[in-house]
Amino acid sequence: MSAAPHLPLAGLEIFGQAIEFIFNGQEAPTVSGKVGGLDQVLDLTARHLEVTALAMGLALIVALPAGLVLGHYGRGELVAVAAGNAGRALPELAIIAFMAAAIGVGLLNVTIALAVLAVPPILTNTFVAVRQVDRGAVDAARGMGMTAREVITRVELPLAVPTIMSGVRTSTINVVATATIAPLAGVLTLGDFILARNVYGDDGVLAGAMLVALLALTLELALAGLQRLLTSPGLRDATTATA
Amino acid sequence: MTDAPQLAQVVIHERTGESCIAQNKVFCPGWAIDNFDRYVDPALQQVVLVVVSVALGFAIAFALALLAHRRRWLVPPLIGVTGVFYTIPSLAFFFLLIPISGRGRDTAIIALTAYTLQIIFRNIMAGLANVPREVKDAGRGMGLTERQLLWRVELPLALPEIIAGLRVATVSTVALATLAAFAGGGGLGEEILSNIDFKTGIVIAGGLAILMAFAFDVILIGIQRLLTPWRRAVPA
Repeated sequence: MSAAPHLPLAGLEIFGQAIEFIFNGQEAPTVSGKVGGLDQVLDLTARHLEVTALAMGLALIVALPAGLVLGHYGRGELVAVAAGNAGRALPELAIIAFMAAAIGVGLLNVTIALAVLAVPPILTNTFVAVRQVDRGAVDAARGMGMTAREVITRVELPLAVPTIMSGVRTSTINVVATATIAPLAGVLTLGDFILARNVYGDDGVLAGAMLVALLALTLELALAGLQRLLTSPGLRDATTATA
Repeated sequence: MTDAPQLAQVVIHERTGESCIAQNKVFCPGWAIDNFDRYVDPALQQVVLVVVSVALGFAIAFALALLAHRRRWLVPPLIGVTGVFYTIPSLAFFFLLIPISGRGRDTAIIALTAYTLQIIFRNIMAGLANVPREVKDAGRGMGLTERQLLWRVELPLALPEIIAGLRVATVSTVALATLAAFAGGGGLGEEILSNIDFKTGIVIAGGLAILMAFAFDVILIGIQRLLTPWRRAVPA
């Protein structure tokens, strides 16, 4: 490698090399063969998205109905709110490492570990969102003869969408971030570039960091767009809750 | 013999104290009691990471909030920029910074500080926005200048939201600081990474991180109670 020692920003040329790593790849620094390149990048990105989607799907199946029902009947406030607070405190690295060491490596285990991290924000936000639905709207729906099921799905859920989506976005950011350390548990995501420096070299590590950051930002933008689509037009001007 | 087998021997020696360790059970209380001292320094490093990052984050977010409070047009761009920092996963942020600021604690602190900005900024703005207009009018009627109004009326009344933001930021930062070990920033993650298959070690380090988050939360709730005596006077 040719170094340019006297340029003031010489250290920053590694960013250019990392982009080169993403598009064209390079000779592996320690073993013979090629690493990086668009094919491998797309492969690992697909794996990253796959495990993220599986974990979010599992978390939604668990947390969304639970939050809607608990919120509708006003039960379990302590559980729903405590789950949100406790969930934030879970150290991602310890969860992934423990899952791998105690239960085993593999896609299923990583999915479950990530879903555990994703459930609390969705559960708490869904619960809070349903509780905050205008009682007048719920009473009107009952007066029209709606069943509990119809009240939940046709009144409470649509009105709760903005707050639920902000929980889904929080969870997704957290899951994408944590999927970066999934290679520790045997699932090769984009985090592999970052964690396996001996295989990919410094350029690969930086390329991995750039790709993970880009993926997280892209997903966040996509979900913000999805939130707009899912929000009923009458609610679009309302501000959503923070954090 | 080279260094590697020697290192392995040290680990084996520590692990053969009990059959529990040899079998790598989920949690070995005996080992935990005998070896607890090795977790003290990493835990203290993590406390420093969290306190410095949240304090810096608060100082920056507070300054930005005061700027944006009277210049509303600044709010959307500030939400956007801090949102980018909030969204970039910490691990990626560490490695993006390493070519610029090198490996070590400073890099971890920069990334963790950047992460907290969005949460704290949003909550300060929400707290200021929730101050009732009549209260502000009453303050102006008493002859307070805009600056006095801000420091004596608006900020004290916004304290519950501000501290709520600090609690969220602090608890999340404790969890994220466990990743600082990847950037050479120390902390409890170091104990997990150095022996990634050792369950008792993972449980102790992870458990300490959770306890630390809980302790910070309790301290912040206590601070809020001290700073907002008028809320205690209201009967529940």
